[in-house]
Amino acid sequence: MTGLPLLLHQFRYDQKVFWRNPASVFFTVLLPLIFLFIFATIFGNDEIEERGVKTTTYYVPAIVALAVISATTQSLAINLTEDRERGLLKRVRGTPLPASAFVAGRVGNSLVVSILMVIVVAVIGRLVYDVTLPTETIPAILVTLAVGAFAFSCLGFALTTIIPSEDAAPAISNALILPLYFISGIFIPDSEIPDGVLHFADVFPIRHFFEAFFTAWDPNTVGAGFEWGDLAIVAVWGLAGLVVALRWFRWEPRR
Amino acid sequence: MITVAGLRKSYGELEAVRGIDLEIRRGEIFAFLGPNGAGKTTTVEILEGYRTRTAGEVSVLGVDPARADRDWHQHVGFVLQECRLTPELTVTEAVSQYAGYYAAPRDVGETVDLVGLADKADSRTAQLSGGQQRRLDVALALVGDPELLFLDEPTTGFDPSARRQAWKVIASLRELGKTVFLTTHYMDEAQTLADRVAILSSGRIVAEGAPDELGEREQRPTQIRFRLPGGVGGAALPGSVSSRARIDGRAVSLSVHDPVPVLRDLTTWASEDGIELEGLEVRRPSLEDVYLELTDGTAETGSES
Repeated sequence: MTGLPLLLHQFRYDQKVFWRNPASVFFTVLLPLIFLFIFATIFGNDEIEERGVKTTTYYVPAIVALAVISATTQSLAINLTEDRERGLLKRVRGTPLPASAFVAGRVGNSLVVSILMVIVVAVIGRLVYDVTLPTETIPAILVTLAVGAFAFSCLGFALTTIIPSEDAAPAISNALILPLYFISGIFIPDSEIPDGVLHFADVFPIRHFFEAFFTAWDPNTVGAGFEWGDLAIVAVWGLAGLVVALRWFRWEPRR
Repeated sequence: MITVAGLRKSYGELEAVRGIDLEIRRGEIFAFLGPNGAGKTTTVEILEGYRTRTAGEVSVLGVDPARADRDWHQHVGFVLQECRLTPELTVTEAVSQYAGYYAAPRDVGETVDLVGLADKADSRTAQLSGGQQRRLDVALALVGDPELLFLDEPTTGFDPSARRQAWKVIASLRELGKTVFLTTHYMDEAQTLADRVAILSSGRIVAEGAPDELGEREQRPTQIRFRLPGGVGGAALPGSVSSRARIDGRAVSLSVHDPVPVLRDLTTWASEDGIELEGLEVRRPSLEDVYLELTDGTAETGSES
């Protein structure tokens, strides 16, 4: 096979492997939903005065951002490292499958799971927490999703270059990402976080990714709701990740 | 199929491969034999295109593997050393996935059958034994219908019955007309499967030929061993024996090129005097003896890195 049929062939098997792997399904699909329920339950329906929205309206885009990062950066970093150390990537390099088709299958898988999670979180937000579904800002959501999925996928490939072994993969990716969730206002509403910490978080892409989704979900938003400034910073991080991945990504085990 | 001339590979100060010449012909099973750390895997990975070389000429299917494109991979199959499978897929799915990468793949069911996994076709790869996983590895390398297969230590760590099954699969590749480049550190494996063997030691080929002719095995002396009963000294032995024997307490050993007259003298003497020759043994040097000698006994030590 070549061209599109080959891409679809590869994607189909990536999907199969993803949905049959209990760890992937739990961490990528179920855990973000569990976070949503926990945060919404603990912080109730308080109003966040600084943003003029209820906490649940705040958490829906926050969890959407988390779910996309989980489906891209974390899932790719962990699975690619595991496949590299298993020798699977090396063997794939020994077949006629072009590297681009392999990468497209994995990124396509992350993208499809991301889209699914955006829809699921949005619908649960609407049905359970009465969070208004965006309408006019849907293009902004799609663009944010596209930019974010690209950038955070690149960062996933880039992360594998500093992960020495499959055992270290979950630890390293969590050690980098979890603190950023806390200081970026994903876990705790940013009204509770000191300004100095938020300024520091602004260096990294997670807070900007969240801001772009928040504006699109915020019922007070007037107009199309594009946050071009935030998206530009996310995209720059993605390009930096791409450069690192192109230069240092390895197909062979480090053992 | 494969031509190698003056191949060298250095890792910094270390010279892993020190000038190798090889010629592998279409349709033969060629075994590349050597202890761990001799440079086998380095050489194979250069032929597979995974490593660059320091010097020398290499041609695999008429192409320099260092510059091979995706199309070259249509015709070459690899079974790598230690490659785990995707545990989430079944045997048939794993083979089907790889079949999709090739322009003219073999039939999936037939390939699964060929490696003896028909009754495991719908099992997840995680449920297969080590030997079965390795045979699935062979199926993945074979499904693209390559002309040439590289098998890097395909039976390392197998129990004897799993090894025999793997050998059957490898031997069947010959019937399919495939050319096989087999890497191994097992003598019996090379002896059973290979048409031709090259022994590698410290980055050099120290012997090459058919397994039976290797290291001029035919011309090597025969070993005769036995133990004398208590009270019978070495001096009592017939002259043709005692003159060439190494005597260590009761144990006697000889290394001779003309075993028949020596044995005749020895057994005549023993039966006439009613002496029992405990543990009498007459041995031709095995491929393993030749191998151990050629590789300076390093065959049992050291680890591949």
